Amino acid sequence: MAFVQNFPFISILLSLFAGPISSILSGKWAKRLNLAVITVIGAMSAMILAFVWRSGQEYIYTMGHFPAPWGNEIRVGVLEAAMALFFCIIMFLSVIGGALERELEIEATKQNLYYIMVNLLLCSLLALIYTNDLFTAYVFVEINTISACGLIMIRQTGRTIEAATRYMIMSLLGSGLLLLGICFLYSLTGHLLMSNIKEHAALIQASGEYHIPLLIAICLISVGIAIKSALYPFHTWLPDAYGYSTLSSAAILSALVSKGYIFLLVKIFYRVVGFDIIRDSKVINVLFVFGIAGMIMGSVNAIKENDINRMIAYSSVAQIGYIYMGFGLGTTAGMIASIYHIVSHAATKSLLFVAASGITDASSKSKNFFDLTGAGYRNKLAGVAFTVGSLSMVGFPMFSGFISKLLFAQAAVGVGNRYKIMITLIALAISVILNAVYFMKTVIRIYTPEKSTVVIDKGFQEINAWEQPAKSAALVCFIALNLLLGLSSEPVIALIERGLAMFA
Amino acid sequence: MSKKVPKQEYEKTLSFRLQQWFEGSKDPYLGNVEMRPQEEFIEDDDAVLMRDMERKRRKERVYDLANNWEVSGFEKLYKIFSACFCVFLVVMLLIAVSYLPSYGHAENPVNNEVSERYIEKGLEETGAVNIVTGMILDYRAFDTLGESHVLFIATCTVLILLRKDKKKDENGNSIEVSDRIYEPKDDVILQTAARILVPPIIIFGIYVILGGHLGPGGGFSGGAIIGAGLILYLNAFGFRKTERFFTEKTYKTLSVCALGCYCLAKSYSFYTGANHIESVIPLGMPGAILSSGLILVLNICVGIVVAGTMYTFYVMFRKGGY
Repeated sequence: MAFVQNFPFISILLSLFAGPISSILSGKWAKRLNLAVITVIGAMSAMILAFVWRSGQEYIYTMGHFPAPWGNEIRVGVLEAAMALFFCIIMFLSVIGGALERELEIEATKQNLYYIMVNLLLCSLLALIYTNDLFTAYVFVEINTISACGLIMIRQTGRTIEAATRYMIMSLLGSGLLLLGICFLYSLTGHLLMSNIKEHAALIQASGEYHIPLLIAICLISVGIAIKSALYPFHTWLPDAYGYSTLSSAAILSALVSKGYIFLLVKIFYRVVGFDIIRDSKVINVLFVFGIAGMIMGSVNAIKENDINRMIAYSSVAQIGYIYMGFGLGTTAGMIASIYHIVSHAATKSLLFVAASGITDASSKSKNFFDLTGAGYRNKLAGVAFTVGSLSMVGFPMFSGFISKLLFAQAAVGVGNRYKIMITLIALAISVILNAVYFMKTVIRIYTPEKSTVVIDKGFQEINAWEQPAKSAALVCFIALNLLLGLSSEPVIALIERGLAMFA
Repeated sequence: MSKKVPKQEYEKTLSFRLQQWFEGSKDPYLGNVEMRPQEEFIEDDDAVLMRDMERKRRKERVYDLANNWEVSGFEKLYKIFSACFCVFLVVMLLIAVSYLPSYGHAENPVNNEVSERYIEKGLEETGAVNIVTGMILDYRAFDTLGESHVLFIATCTVLILLRKDKKKDENGNSIEVSDRIYEPKDDVILQTAARILVPPIIIFGIYVILGGHLGPGGGFSGGAIIGAGLILYLNAFGFRKTERFFTEKTYKTLSVCALGCYCLAKSYSFYTGANHIESVIPLGMPGAILSSGLILVLNICVGIVVAGTMYTFYVMFRKGGY
């Protein structure tokens, strides 16, 4: 066994242990440790990706001396390694981008607790990505939920605590349904290991004996994860949680936490139940309908919002709708489009949150839409970054959002069902227009010059990119990442295709 | 002939105090126990008014109910929807259960090669007489590693939410004083009972942890017992005494050491296991206290984390600091 093959296990344990260590460090050192850990794990994930890409096949890593159905194991393929690398990049940029806000908004004595949450969140995401065992996935879903709650409420205002409570209740409901689904699958197949459940599920499907419980298990798992990742009718916790928490929390939550769950759902579709069974069950049609509803309603709500952070948060509801709509198409092309959209949305949404904070900094921290007039001139880099993010969300060519919308449209045309093609294309068109309404309205507003009397009156200040070096660096990297995903999408799509082929 | 003792000396003797107690002429608690009559909780009108106003303002300012038909409609239909959802979930799950394999049947899918090996080879492969401990700490140790970190991170979130970093509260009282408004100090009955009960409780907890691989028990249950003992001690003797041996620093050091030890021990066994290197840790004689390889060490680590978590939760919810 090559030494590189140990890296997934090392990266999980490294981030896991960095959590407790941070509790005895001061806030400053905890931050340094956190950034170092993310960098090391990112580098290791890149090496794993290179290794798996070259060898061309997945490998199984036994966690302990006992082989799989008895012990735990993790499984590493192209898609897993790529996701781990990507999550590390986004997390690193979000953490450095929100450093200033964190120091202001979190009590000095509680700074190090923040990094415990971030480290353990990273660990749980890595474990969700790599695990080949459903129960291990559940254990790390728990860590993920609790640390996300901590990230929301560490900025202690009334609204964040309310948001955290709401998030906790909804998320625990989702966890409970997920656990019930896992219990059902276990009692039907007698296994918790993904590959073994898949074999038995195929047998059940063929024999037709436990058809109904299998269907209900799929429903419970899908609904549970849909609640946790804020699919449309279950999205009520999202705007407050993203809109009022501190900047890096909002970026991490919107870009990574919900995406980790969605990636778990993809794994369950492909590796636990089997994509054929999922396609034959009607569950994906339900996901399709709610995905479409989310695409429209999320944008409608975003248009009505006057708070810029909440507007961006509502836009997440729409984008999560896109992802589930892609699942609902029930084809491999739809799945590839969805996974590409996971990547593209994660890169764009965290960019938008960081850019929005730059814009509000130039408007005396006011998040009110009408105070943002001319902010693009007062903070030039943030204005440009917000424009890039908005164009990407709307689906302007050159940026990552365009590619994902193109992929969704192409995938929709390839579906056999005529109604599904129609609905998808119409919904895509409407959603793009609605996206354009609220994002372009903001872009126009931040580039409308404000009267100089008002600027002096309200005490708006110009912010130079060099004043906040960490945030500016994060913004530049985010823009570069977005352009990279938009301009050279072929390697990424090829990577996703190859990873999905390894999944099945 | 008894000797006449001066009155002052007589008052110091045991028989005088016994007589006092017998006649009921002196309350033995008076002067020894801090006593405060229980006050009825009366909320002043300002607070009630304030709360009502806040509720009203929340509806107006936060949700803007007058203009937001979505939220106002949602509030009206909320109860109906939630009842419908619960009924739907219950009915669906009941129907699903009736289709599941019947409970306890020998041919169920659950009775397969997995549980067979746990039962038949568990003792031989893990060295633990208690198969359950062998399963959670050796076969599936990765899950338990995650589970002990769940406890740790739960404590950290409670610290975020409840730890008071200011020494005084809004009335100018230190948190030590405001903690004791509803709790009497130096209760003799409680202290005597605690003096008798706490040592056996903690020793029993240690026994449960150390014997986890030999019989029923283990780190989770033993840690909970030790935590309960610590909480009883705290209730009887107050924060000043527990602070002498258990502060936040102690908790952090202990849990970092325990989790670090767990991580290192398991890293070793994961690494050797995956790379097919023979582990050098002997399994020992089954049934002996020093047996079953790493399981004993892991049980101790888990026990420390669980005990610290229980105690920290109690302390945070009661006072907001150690």
